[in-house]
Amino acid sequence: MNINFTLISQAVAFSVFIWFTVKFVWPPLLRAIEDRQKTIADGLAAGERGRHELELASQRSSDVLKEAKQRASEIILQAEKRASEIVEESKRTAKEEGDRIILGAKADIEHEVFSAKEALRQHVAELAVAGAAKILRREVDAKAHADMLVSIGEDLK
Amino acid sequence: MASDTELTPTSYINHHLTNLTTQVSEGSFWVLHVDTLVTSLILGVISFGSIWLIVRKATPGVPSKRQAFVELAVEFIDNEVKNTFHGNRHVFVAPTALTIFVWVLMMNAMDILPIDIMAWIYEHAFGLHNWRTVPTTDVNTTFALALSIWFLMLYFNVKIKGWGGWMHELFCTPFGKNPLLWVLNLLFNFIEYVSKPLSHSLRLFGNIYAGEIIFLLLGMWAATGVSGAIFGAILGAGWAIFHILIVTLQAFIFMMLTVVYISMAHESH
Repeated sequence: MNINFTLISQAVAFSVFIWFTVKFVWPPLLRAIEDRQKTIADGLAAGERGRHELELASQRSSDVLKEAKQRASEIILQAEKRASEIVEESKRTAKEEGDRIILGAKADIEHEVFSAKEALRQHVAELAVAGAAKILRREVDAKAHADMLVSIGEDLK
Repeated sequence: MASDTELTPTSYINHHLTNLTTQVSEGSFWVLHVDTLVTSLILGVISFGSIWLIVRKATPGVPSKRQAFVELAVEFIDNEVKNTFHGNRHVFVAPTALTIFVWVLMMNAMDILPIDIMAWIYEHAFGLHNWRTVPTTDVNTTFALALSIWFLMLYFNVKIKGWGGWMHELFCTPFGKNPLLWVLNLLFNFIEYVSKPLSHSLRLFGNIYAGEIIFLLLGMWAATGVSGAIFGAILGAGWAIFHILIVTLQAFIFMMLTVVYISMAHESH
C-alpha cells in the first residue's frame, strides 16, 4: 500500500483513454445505433401505415362488393320484369296474329265458297242447256237461243 | 517460482506481491510501478483499439457480429447511465462509463490468469523477476481512477451549479439553511467528499487484491505434495469460476458509482 508516482501515471493513462473513447469510440457507434433506430422506427411506421391502408382498402372493397351485389339484384329484378313484359307482349302479338290469320282464312274460305258456287252454277246452266236440248230433241240454235240461255243462267244465280 | 533463496510461504507470497519498480526521481514518492503501468496500458490499448477498429466501420444496417457485440456492451452501459444520469449523457458521462467498465474489467480479468504460470513466463520469456499481472491489485491504479473521478465530480459541481451554488450546497445541505447548522452541514459534506474516493477505490482494490491472495494461498497447497496440488487446483478452478463474477461485478460497481457520483454533481439538492 504505497502511494507513488504510479498513481499520476495511471491517472494520465485513464484520462487519455477517456478522451479517446469520448472522441473516437462513442460518436460513430452512437450515430450507427441512432440511424438504425430511425430506420427501424420508420419501418414500423410504414408497416403501421400499410396496415391502416389495407384496412381502408378492405373496407372499400367490401363497400364496392355490397354495391355490386345490390346493383346485380336490381338488374336481375329489372330483367325479370322485362322478361315477363316480353312474354306478355309476345302473347298478345301472337293472339293478334292468330286472329288476323283466322280472319284471312275465313275470307279465303268465303272466296272459295263463292267461286265454287259460281263454277257450280255455270255447270248447272250448261247441264240445263244440254238437258233442254235433249228434251226438245231438236237442234237448238245456240245463237238464236243464246238470249234465253243467258237469262236462264241469270235466274240460276 | 524462480527464487534463488529458500522458498517459504512468505517468500512465495512476497514474490508475487512485489512490483517491478523504477525510480523516476529523488524521493520515496517518485517511484513507478512499471508492471502496473505497462499492463494497464497494454490492456487499454488492446481493448479500446479493437473497439475503435470495430466502431470505425460501424454501419447502421445489419451489423457484423463484432459490431453487434460492441453495441451490446455499449447499449448495456448506456441504459445504466440513462437510468441514473439525467442530462446529455452522450457528451461525456456515457463514454466515460464505457471506458471505466471496459478498462477495469480487463484489468480485473488479469486475475484469472494462472499466477505462477504467468510468473514463469515473465521470468523466462522476458527476464522479469518481479511482475504483477493485475493492475487493479495495485492501490495506485484504483486511487488514480477514483481521484480522477473525484476531480471530475468537483469540476462538474462548479460547472453546473457555479461556485455560489456549490458553496450553498456545502453549507446548507443536507440538514437545512439555519446558520447554526452550517458547521454541521460542512462537516457532513466534508466526510462525504473524503469517503467517496476512499470507498470507491478501496472497494475495487480490496476485492481484487483479496482474490489474488486467495489464489496465492490455494497455490501453496502444491507445497504439500501431489494430492495437495490436485486439491489446490480444484479449489483454484472453483475460485477462478467464482472470480469471473467478482471481476465483472466489481468493474460494474466501479462504473455505476462513477456515474452516480457524476450525476450527483449535476443535480442540486
